[in-house]
Amino acid sequence: MPTSTTSRADRLRPSADARRSPRRVSRRRSSDHPWWFLGPAFAVLGVFFFLPTIFNFVYAFSDWSAFHDDINLVGFDNFTTLVEDGTLFKALRITLVYAALVAVMQNGFGLGLALLLERDNRLNRAVRVVFFVPVLMSALAVGYIFQALLKPEGALNQLIGAVLGHSVHTPWLGSTTWTIVVVAFVNSWKWMGLAMIIFLAGLKTIPEDVLEAAKLDGAGPWKTFSAVRFPLLAPAVTFNVATALLGSLNGFDTIQATTAGGPAQTTEVVDIFIFRTFGYGLFSQATAMSLVLFLLVAVLAFPVIGYLRHRERVL
Amino acid sequence: MSSPTTAGRTTRWVQPAVAVVLAVTVIGIPLYLAVITSAKSQGEANLPDLSLPSSWHFLENYRQAFDQGQVLRALLGSLLVMVPSVVGVLVFGSLASWVLARRGGRVASVLYSAAISGIVLPPAVVTIVLLLRQLGLASTPVGMVFVYMGMYMSVVVFFITGFVRTIPLELEEAARIDGAGPLRTFVSVVLPLLRPVIATATILVCLYVWNDVFYSFFVLGGGKVTTLPLNLYSVASSNLYQNNWNLIFAYVVMMSLPLLVVFTVAQRRVISGITGGAVK
Repeated sequence: MPTSTTSRADRLRPSADARRSPRRVSRRRSSDHPWWFLGPAFAVLGVFFFLPTIFNFVYAFSDWSAFHDDINLVGFDNFTTLVEDGTLFKALRITLVYAALVAVMQNGFGLGLALLLERDNRLNRAVRVVFFVPVLMSALAVGYIFQALLKPEGALNQLIGAVLGHSVHTPWLGSTTWTIVVVAFVNSWKWMGLAMIIFLAGLKTIPEDVLEAAKLDGAGPWKTFSAVRFPLLAPAVTFNVATALLGSLNGFDTIQATTAGGPAQTTEVVDIFIFRTFGYGLFSQATAMSLVLFLLVAVLAFPVIGYLRHRERVL
Repeated sequence: MSSPTTAGRTTRWVQPAVAVVLAVTVIGIPLYLAVITSAKSQGEANLPDLSLPSSWHFLENYRQAFDQGQVLRALLGSLLVMVPSVVGVLVFGSLASWVLARRGGRVASVLYSAAISGIVLPPAVVTIVLLLRQLGLASTPVGMVFVYMGMYMSVVVFFITGFVRTIPLELEEAARIDGAGPLRTFVSVVLPLLRPVIATATILVCLYVWNDVFYSFFVLGGGKVTTLPLNLYSVASSNLYQNNWNLIFAYVVMMSLPLLVVFTVAQRRVISGITGGAVK
């Protein structure tokens, strides 16, 4: 089909000079790409994305709650409450730690898997599919599986005990210091298959002759990786780090299903706090936290993406 | 030092072994735990471990989870929300993307930036509830559909606009010279060419919407319509099911199957679809 239309167009415009004139005409005719085509998309975006975001900046400064019908502006009261009881900075710190851990682990595992399974043969393809299964599962379901697996009397301790020869009762989800790492691992487990296939696609784009040249220059496998392949993976790294950071700054499902923010609220990221506070009926406090998350992401995401893009260009 | 041939033979043997062992332990054990526990009696499932059940309760657990967990109702709810969201966001998104990609100038580029800002910025989940109450859409599937469309419009516009820019303008002009209006040109020339990118966007949006629990909790909470993940959450957190791991995992298996089946059938498409947009 496309070939027949092009050939007809070519017949209509045989020379380059003649080709320019209809394009100029079409550019003048703005009705070729009418603005109203933007209408439905921007109506949906405007009402259901931008309007609630604007509301965020208003209702974060109100006393909206489940306990009375009227809503009044109260200035910075919600923020002072959140700062004074320590939850604001605690939730922010936990969220940032979690996001950083997920970004490192998810992409570390993903890159390792991609390098391990790089050769295109039947076994590697099958193993890739296995590692992609968790990506398709609900994060909530993954969380419940790991809650069961990581119980003090659970399967993981059983396995470790069988190897060590004595019973082990490590409370994997009970440490106020290390559980955040475990929870970040669970989330990375769920998503590493996605990072893997994106790294694999990135590895495929590296031209064969570049690797050949590196080999001729006497580079070993490690040198080839660190000096040639990894730098050329920059676009895949950008995509993976950015999606891992953005996804985990909005993290909820896996944490809710494994620890629900515990123990002692040490894994309570911002979205868990919002969920819990909303459940108590303290809507304006939940809104205030939602606004903080919005600002955090806005402040953090753009420089991070900008930096990664810059790195892509430099390398 | 071993000779090059033995070294080659060893590495040839090590890589598949490592790959298989990793797949079996890292992915196999957790999934095995879910499946095996879903076949145990309630007493045995209380402390979920890797042992085989002393007596198999597959059928009765799945039946109980299916009935009490209202899997059918939740499945219908999930479809009721997912299908219109995906169709809507793709139709509206591709219409807008076409114009955004073809028009030059400041206005178009500002509008494009605004349209894709939602890729980065998190949705204002709490005030969405307030807005839906004011619109009379709180706790309704219609409200949920619009919220999902608003959330994923950015991703869709980003992917499709990038793709449209790679399509030569000449193809459209040919249709135009034949007298086709913009809508006709879009439907009969542009839309068929967008198939690969629409496949990518469909996969991504389906994956997100099918598994979402956070936003549906806020929007659908307290309403008549429920979704599979939302139902899983209430099943797992209700006192009735506390530590009823056999039923929870029966539910998990039933809920994960549809996407896994789709994936095994359309594996190559799914993977090339997802990676297509990520690495240029």
